[in-house]
Amino acid sequence: MSETMTYAAAFQRAMADEMERDETIFVLGTDLYVRGGHFAQVKGLGERFGRARVRDTPISEAAMVAAGVGSAMHGMRPVVDLNFADFAMGAMDEIVNQAAKMRYMFGARVPLVIRGSSGVGLFAAQHTNSVESWFAATPGLVVATPATPADAGGLLVQALRGDDPVIFLMHKRLSSVRGEVDVPIQPIPFGQARIAREGSDVTLISYSFTVRQALDAAEAVAEDGISVEVVDLRTVAPLDRDTINESVRKTGRVVLLSDAPTVGSVLSEVAAGIQEAVLDYLDAPIVRLGGRHAPIPHSPPLFEALVPSLDGVSDALRDIVGVTV
Amino acid sequence: MTDARTAAAEDIEIDLTGLPKGELLEWLETMLLIRRFEERAERLGSRGAIPGGIHSAAGQEAVAVGTMRALHPSDPVAGTHRSHHTALAKGLEAPHVMAELYGRATGSVGGRGGTMHLADLDRGYLGGNGIVGAGVGIAMGAALACQLKGEGVAVGFVGDGGLNVGRTWEAANLAVIWDLPLIIVCENNMYAVETRFDLVLGGGSAVRRAEGFGLNAVSVDGQDVAAVYRAVHAAAERARTGGGASFVEARTYRYEGHNTGQIITYRTDDEVADWRLRDPINRFSAALVAAGVIAEGDVEGMDSQATALIDDAVEFAESSPFPDLDTAPANVTSMPTESWESR
Repeated sequence: MSETMTYAAAFQRAMADEMERDETIFVLGTDLYVRGGHFAQVKGLGERFGRARVRDTPISEAAMVAAGVGSAMHGMRPVVDLNFADFAMGAMDEIVNQAAKMRYMFGARVPLVIRGSSGVGLFAAQHTNSVESWFAATPGLVVATPATPADAGGLLVQALRGDDPVIFLMHKRLSSVRGEVDVPIQPIPFGQARIAREGSDVTLISYSFTVRQALDAAEAVAEDGISVEVVDLRTVAPLDRDTINESVRKTGRVVLLSDAPTVGSVLSEVAAGIQEAVLDYLDAPIVRLGGRHAPIPHSPPLFEALVPSLDGVSDALRDIVGVTV
Repeated sequence: MTDARTAAAEDIEIDLTGLPKGELLEWLETMLLIRRFEERAERLGSRGAIPGGIHSAAGQEAVAVGTMRALHPSDPVAGTHRSHHTALAKGLEAPHVMAELYGRATGSVGGRGGTMHLADLDRGYLGGNGIVGAGVGIAMGAALACQLKGEGVAVGFVGDGGLNVGRTWEAANLAVIWDLPLIIVCENNMYAVETRFDLVLGGGSAVRRAEGFGLNAVSVDGQDVAAVYRAVHAAAERARTGGGASFVEARTYRYEGHNTGQIITYRTDDEVADWRLRDPINRFSAALVAAGVIAEGDVEGMDSQATALIDDAVEFAESSPFPDLDTAPANVTSMPTESWESR
């Protein structure tokens, strides 16, 4: 059975179902109990599960994540909701030095989910960081970057049944996007990309918000006779290199797409992996379409000028297959 | 030259009232074991047998033993970067701790941790920590788990250096507003590496600062194992009955430098000698002799036994293999590390 729901509601649904199933799961963060979080991601859970399991905190990120790490090491399954992923900077030690290393150093299980809304959008420079490459570069962390309501739910279920610390990044421009979600929501394994659209001429790889843009661009260039395979990474750590390489072997051309700054990006890691594994299959240089090396300004047309546009993606797809319009 | 210095009787004598008499010999044994462990490890670090040297806690034995014996064995504890004493007092075995310092496969965490990262989760020891103040946060989280499960009290150790980092107080605040069963034990050994605590502690008092955050706070003589025990025991009882979080400042001293081989220019020999007059082991053994718990001659035998155990620990460590190199990238997450990498 499937239901139509928003990205935020799918997260909320998965949280509720899992909290019902497992009493050790609880969520903590600011403004959760009544408001349901700044993106309505846990709306309604407060009344349903009570203040012990939907815990309002002060604005105190280091303590929030420390509470998650310590309670996870002592038998619980905490979800720390930072609201904005940008606020992780107040808890970098707790994430990078504590959560990420306890398994390697001590053999500890740290089943901890740290959720934050991330990515380019409104609210200017300090609320629009793309943090995925930082955490993807840290051994010990899973980084989930769902693009659809179904994946927001499925990846959360996986996180809540697994043993690893998971940085769960939900793009702020996807919060109210609707999609079909199979219920009950089943776990989606980490490191398993999704072929969002099958194609044969060029592989367009993306994750999170820009998967929508990728699909739109694929549709646009289909009119030019270009068959685009869209790969949604779903988790940027680990990467599903097998699915990526398989698609590249089929198409021989690769465009990588994200709204995160390109320098030092997930796209760069994907590109490096492709040339190491399947260089011989490439008929053209890999193209990275990412954000410019700049903070995100307030003015909407100004920030849109820093990230790939639908036309820009479509043009890149046409260029790489040598179609001139 | 004879050292003519003396300490006042009230700075020496230990009041054994209210202590579990039947357990006190074990306390002394453990304190001696820690001292001999630290002395040996310091020497082994100096000559390079222990890679990277160590952070010695010689002089701070009473804080570790007084704290751990006031808890239940299963209560979770998180330590600092200087935590051989807390690990040994929590029940980690000297051979495995020594092997850990040596980086051997038989070490407490298989050679992945070393001096700052001893751990044994099965014993409730959530690890030493290389980041100042971080152990308080982890203990606070463990205290939250204890509260949700309805069982246990968590202890987080912090040094005087950790009194000036924000994460300590963020954790304290959360513990206070949630009435968590947390005890923050501050080992004030006077120096954060080389920085004397009173020069950098705004307001001048750890206890007043803790009280400002709403913690039940006391300061005790950290060289008096009985005083530490009583303070932590009272805090634990309060925590177990829903009375919330506490802060215990234990005024103590490390005899060695911050780390192996440190050239000490920031304190005087007289200061060290004054603290040695109030040595926690000498004071406790004298109190036990005076109370007839142990005969004076038997203390020496107990000490020899501690030395022999450390001999065995070193032998165990040196005869243990290094970890299998193939395991170096293993167990980063629950998934194979190879699945992360390009291949």
